Amino acid sequence: MSGIFAALFSAVSWLGSVIDPLCGPISIFRLFGSGTLLACSDAGWGDEIAYGFGITASLAICTLPVGLIFGFFIALAKQSEDKSLRLAANIYTTIFRGLPELLTLFIVYYGLQILAQRALASVGYDGQVEINAFIAGMFALGVVFSAYCSEVLLSAFKAIPHGQYEAGDALGLHRGKTMRLIIIPQLVRIALPGLGNLWMALLKDTALVSVIGLPDILRQTGIAARVSKQAFEFFGVACLLFLILAMVSSIVFAMLERWAKRSEVAR
Amino acid sequence: MSVIETLLPPQPAPPEVVKPYTVQRLIGRIVLGVWLAAAVGVFMIVVDGWDPAKFEKYGPSFISGLGVTLLLVGCSVSLGALISLPLAFARMSKNKVLSWFAYAYVYFFRGTPLITQLFLVYYGLGSFRPELQSVGLWWFFRDAWNCALLTFTLNTAAYQAEILRGAIESVPRGQREGAAALGLPSQIAFFKVILPQAMIVALRPYGNEIILMIKGSAIVAIVTVFDLMGETRRAFSRTFDYQMYIWAAILYLIMVEILRNLWAWLEERLTRHLKR
Repeated sequence: MSGIFAALFSAVSWLGSVIDPLCGPISIFRLFGSGTLLACSDAGWGDEIAYGFGITASLAICTLPVGLIFGFFIALAKQSEDKSLRLAANIYTTIFRGLPELLTLFIVYYGLQILAQRALASVGYDGQVEINAFIAGMFALGVVFSAYCSEVLLSAFKAIPHGQYEAGDALGLHRGKTMRLIIIPQLVRIALPGLGNLWMALLKDTALVSVIGLPDILRQTGIAARVSKQAFEFFGVACLLFLILAMVSSIVFAMLERWAKRSEVAR
Repeated sequence: MSVIETLLPPQPAPPEVVKPYTVQRLIGRIVLGVWLAAAVGVFMIVVDGWDPAKFEKYGPSFISGLGVTLLLVGCSVSLGALISLPLAFARMSKNKVLSWFAYAYVYFFRGTPLITQLFLVYYGLGSFRPELQSVGLWWFFRDAWNCALLTFTLNTAAYQAEILRGAIESVPRGQREGAAALGLPSQIAFFKVILPQAMIVALRPYGNEIILMIKGSAIVAIVTVFDLMGETRRAFSRTFDYQMYIWAAILYLIMVEILRNLWAWLEERLTRHLKR
């Protein structure tokens, strides 16, 4: 069984290395960067930066579903009839929208470390506990993203008329089925521009994770800048890579919006 | 004609509706319980680790850090507002070059993380030391505080230019035409007719931008400016006491909440003539 996984993993990583836009066989750094500091070999920093690019992109992509699902349930809690549930959800968003992302990251990183250490100490294990920076970053960014996401989804929920729920009842649909078949398709259409903004903010926030030691774009270019003493060039490359990510995601979101509005075009 | 002959006997008050104990309520209670436990836990951490010596040593530095944060945000937001005005006009102008330049500026500063911009200015421009020295600007870029102020000003100028542009474009065309019909010069029409209406639209986004700047200003701690976050990190690295972060979190939350409520009040007050 583990052999299959190993084969799958190597196949995926081989595929990733072939279509890698930065350091693959046909790629930006290979075409334009060979012989310079950005070459994809031991002489240049191209492969390190490409690795950081992958980390940044995968961190943002891994955080997105967590934050979306969590934010959806918080938005549901915020419009519940029950006072205590609303209060609990509002406390959550007040805290995590009010704290700086960097501070949230530190609190999660060191807090999880202390908690894990205490929990293990009570079991009888006394050793240094290191929390994975990727997991901590995912957790912290996901928490912040879900707080903002719940606000966007809440306003989208409010934009859906109550008659839609009643129509679902009249058709005899179960409540979950009403949500899935009637509400969520409209919700996606209304919330998509707001979610696009949040995704951009998330992409930019991933740069903070370099502070707790995750080798993302900023950390890798920072190391390259320190070693090669050409800080301006390398941080300029980091800015460019983030701009590329922003451009690609704005194109993807434009496509998604067109897809979500496909029912309105025919009229 | 009918006459009432018998009176209805007095009825007891309708029974109070007992709310069913729903799943939602149960979850709400549980989550509130978790929050309460977390609050008690934080309180216990603070009480457990309370050390008057530490408080005396690091308390004043927290206050000075708070001052640095507020000064940085205040300076950069007001300087950014100055820069954003011509930028918004350039963005709206019919001159292709000008509007393209403004668009590229705004796209760059909104598309890249603030921390990367800060590194680009502080470390990146710092690597041009001989050139800067020959121009006589080295004293400015040598100091992390100046670099942070410059970066934040440029960054917030881009965001504020977008806010301003959106707000100005949201004022209906008829307002400008009305001012022209009254014979007002276009400059006076802008400052007395267009801008006041645009500012009401822009009020809420401006509040959000200031809050974002307060939160974003935490990253200057990484380039050795001792703002609230920087003082927190310094205190933490000396004491390894987790409650330093809790204090910083409470201070940031108080700042943001005060600003948010202040802004809600301001908006309520300034738009009271628009209420129907």
